Amino acid sequence: MNRLDAKIPDGPLSEKWTNHKNRLNLISPANKRTLDVIVVGTGLAGGSAAATLAELGYNVKSFCFQDSPRRAHSVAAQGGINAAKNYQGDGDSVYRLFYDTIKGGDYRSREANVYRLAEVSSNIIDQCVAQGVPFAREYGGLLDNRSFGGVQVSRTFYAKGQTGQQLLLGVYAALNRQIGRGKIQMFNRHEMMDVVVIDGRARGIISRNLITGAIERHSAHAVVIASGGYGNLFYLSTYAMGSNASAAWKAHRKGAFLANPCFNQIHPTAIPVGGPNQSKLTLMSESLRNDGRIWVPKNLEDAKAIREGSKKPGDIEDGDRDYYLERQYPAFGNLVPRDVASRAAKERCDAGYGVNVTGQAVFLDFASAIYRSGKEKANVSGLKNVDDATIRKLGKEVMKQKYGNLFQMYHKIVDQNPYETPMKIYPTTHYTMGGLWVDYNLMTTVPGLFAIGEANFSDHGANRLGASALMQGLADGYFILPYTIGDYLSDDIGTGKITTASTEFEEAESEVKETIKKLIGNEGSHPVDYFHKKLGKIMWQYCGINRNKEGLERAMKKIRSVREEFWENVIVPGTAEEFNEELAKAGRLADFLELAELYAKDALFREESCGAHLRQEFQTADGEAMRNDVDFAHVAAWEYTGDPGDARLHKEKLVYENIEVKQRSYK
Amino acid sequence: MKLTLKIWRQKNPDQKGKLVDYNLNDVNPDDSFLEMLDTLNYELIVKGENPVAFDHDCREGICGMCSLFINGRPHGPDRGIATCQLHMRRFKDGDTVYIEPFRARAFPVIKDLVVDRSAFDRIQQAGGYISVNTSGNPQDANTVPIEKTVADAAFDSATCIGCGACVAACKNASAMLFVSAKISQLALLPQGEVEAKSRVANMVKQMDEEGFGNCTNTGACEIECPKEISLENIARMNREYLKAGVKG
Repeated sequence: MNRLDAKIPDGPLSEKWTNHKNRLNLISPANKRTLDVIVVGTGLAGGSAAATLAELGYNVKSFCFQDSPRRAHSVAAQGGINAAKNYQGDGDSVYRLFYDTIKGGDYRSREANVYRLAEVSSNIIDQCVAQGVPFAREYGGLLDNRSFGGVQVSRTFYAKGQTGQQLLLGVYAALNRQIGRGKIQMFNRHEMMDVVVIDGRARGIISRNLITGAIERHSAHAVVIASGGYGNLFYLSTYAMGSNASAAWKAHRKGAFLANPCFNQIHPTAIPVGGPNQSKLTLMSESLRNDGRIWVPKNLEDAKAIREGSKKPGDIEDGDRDYYLERQYPAFGNLVPRDVASRAAKERCDAGYGVNVTGQAVFLDFASAIYRSGKEKANVSGLKNVDDATIRKLGKEVMKQKYGNLFQMYHKIVDQNPYETPMKIYPTTHYTMGGLWVDYNLMTTVPGLFAIGEANFSDHGANRLGASALMQGLADGYFILPYTIGDYLSDDIGTGKITTASTEFEEAESEVKETIKKLIGNEGSHPVDYFHKKLGKIMWQYCGINRNKEGLERAMKKIRSVREEFWENVIVPGTAEEFNEELAKAGRLADFLELAELYAKDALFREESCGAHLRQEFQTADGEAMRNDVDFAHVAAWEYTGDPGDARLHKEKLVYENIEVKQRSYK
Repeated sequence: MKLTLKIWRQKNPDQKGKLVDYNLNDVNPDDSFLEMLDTLNYELIVKGENPVAFDHDCREGICGMCSLFINGRPHGPDRGIATCQLHMRRFKDGDTVYIEPFRARAFPVIKDLVVDRSAFDRIQQAGGYISVNTSGNPQDANTVPIEKTVADAAFDSATCIGCGACVAACKNASAMLFVSAKISQLALLPQGEVEAKSRVANMVKQMDEEGFGNCTNTGACEIECPKEISLENIARMNREYLKAGVKG
């Protein structure tokens, strides 16, 4: 049996989803009441799925490790959410959003999934507005849009620099409504420890109550993993401190294939690393690239002078600045996709043009945007013959309206005022395109186990476009999974309640307890962070923006040795029967240390460059990613065999029938 | 720089807590406040002691998970930020820093600096939403234009991150700023009008049941709110509450 049947419906691309929905089996309201679904994670994907499933009548149990579902890390998304509304009349359409997403992903995503995503994108905006999400509006009262990287239309809806928060609060409100009705049982401060598979079907989970330490069994007819991505492999990233891959990794160990783990997005504009105790990196939204111009000095001496503090950015004349994205990519300029912008920043810094003490930063400069928008504002306000100082003052007000909270965040962290001096930024890990392999129905290779949002691999290929993560999370949770899961559950209506008193639950529980005992009882000498930082360094050095064969092989070895050292030498203080954050961290890192090896292995096997995955051996003459469509136009789906380094590769061939596959160009 | 920390340690909700002294000799001014605590915890773990439990997650001031009452102020001395955005450059060499949990009857301590803020969730569950199901065909998002100033005002109310600083700052441990921010957001928007009356009645009822105090217009909440939510929200909530009480 081909275990990688993507189950893509037949028929023309634009009719696949409609036809598929028409053919899916339905479940009557009375029967829905007898079916239980577990959803792990309460971000945009998990929260919207749980709320919608509860609205439909299923009994939902929803889990999050935070103290409230409202804190899931979707909350931190800044810039916006894409939708093919064409409100701006600039030529946008479902097809164009589909095309941009496939192209942006460097032709490594599934046509049918991406088309469906583009198709439902409009509904998302309608739904969110109906829920009271306060999107930005124009003076006429209609919704405003801005543009994002890798596209030439304005299709991004936003709420200042807090779009993720506002969308998540919409989801949280929908969840609350169902919790209030008693249709969702909410488990805050609970961590999923394992999936329970009975007779080949996902039938529940083992969870740990993070306050009391109690290990609990929860059964269901289906389990949905919506636990986000695994970027915290890198230790430093824009992820939340608690973001982890454990739910997905446990699912992988129970039979769910993990797809394209090496596809990891390094976002070009984060605040650079400051000191040795740094615990996380803060993103500066891609939306800033609408107005900010990225540059480094043209001359090495100037770069050196800036690093040493003898020159300030303002001392460098415009002619002595290298606006390298505008120079290299005139068609898209500062709005090239993230992978392209990240590589270009690294290339300039590696060549010696970096602008902070570490040499790992470039400028993001708002001076010309401040002047331009100040002038426009003066015109609109009917001010004549205004001086430059007034224009700049007006311009700063416009910037504040658009990006006020981002500028404030920057100011607080770096202690420099971005209204007066350019921001310094550098790429960092931000989003993982890889994840659990799912078919068109968003089901993993384990029947009854679904994966949605960032936790699955679908839709973004080898590189995600800005403002598409929020779109995918909500598309999966609101508009796709609620249909497809019904089809799966329709043959389960006679099953009745799943008991937790089975040997499968027994075994899963005792295995979880065993692992915890091992961690707590270990007489080591280093805290969890010691190992996590070590792992992060390996990942950044060998598995980051650029990779090569030798480095990846070395990474696999090094990761294995850190893993061994971790199990020998980690200290986990306290007991298992109390609030114990170190214990939670240790469990998460144990899983990262396995996933990391598979990540490196996947990167090693993919002997091509595509999107965010740049193998130094495979580049065009001018340093662009060189794909190999003959050998690698596939999804690499890995099967767990007991050791992450020995995972077995399965390939899902990617077929493009509606789009011409070509070399990606943003020049 | 050198710091003396006086940190609230409490094993669990049932045991009594107390302030314990810790000395840090080499604090980097560019570290964030939570990174300073990470460093302390690292040292404690290596010494075989129990680390200080505190809540945190996004560390960029938006998830609302971090709390801490620092030198008598929720989220510390700076305005308009959460604890995770506070940096050590704000303190001086030789300073003594008091670190306590957010205190309120409705926020029981779980451990050390971690408190239970689930009362906030329950208030939202009582009515902090618009009753609209997910539908594949709602009306187009641009069908009802909303004046920009109104949309912006609704956004300003909606920026609340639900951290609880308003409660911790208030001498009455009132949750009015938190509750009124949600009520205002939805009351300002046309979508929220239909359920306006039942929403304010139910949310206020739940707020009272959770044991939060009343508002006496001191305004400490507005000063300490990391998102600078305005007191006007409380005034609007009171108006909405009055309207809901008028029959007809």
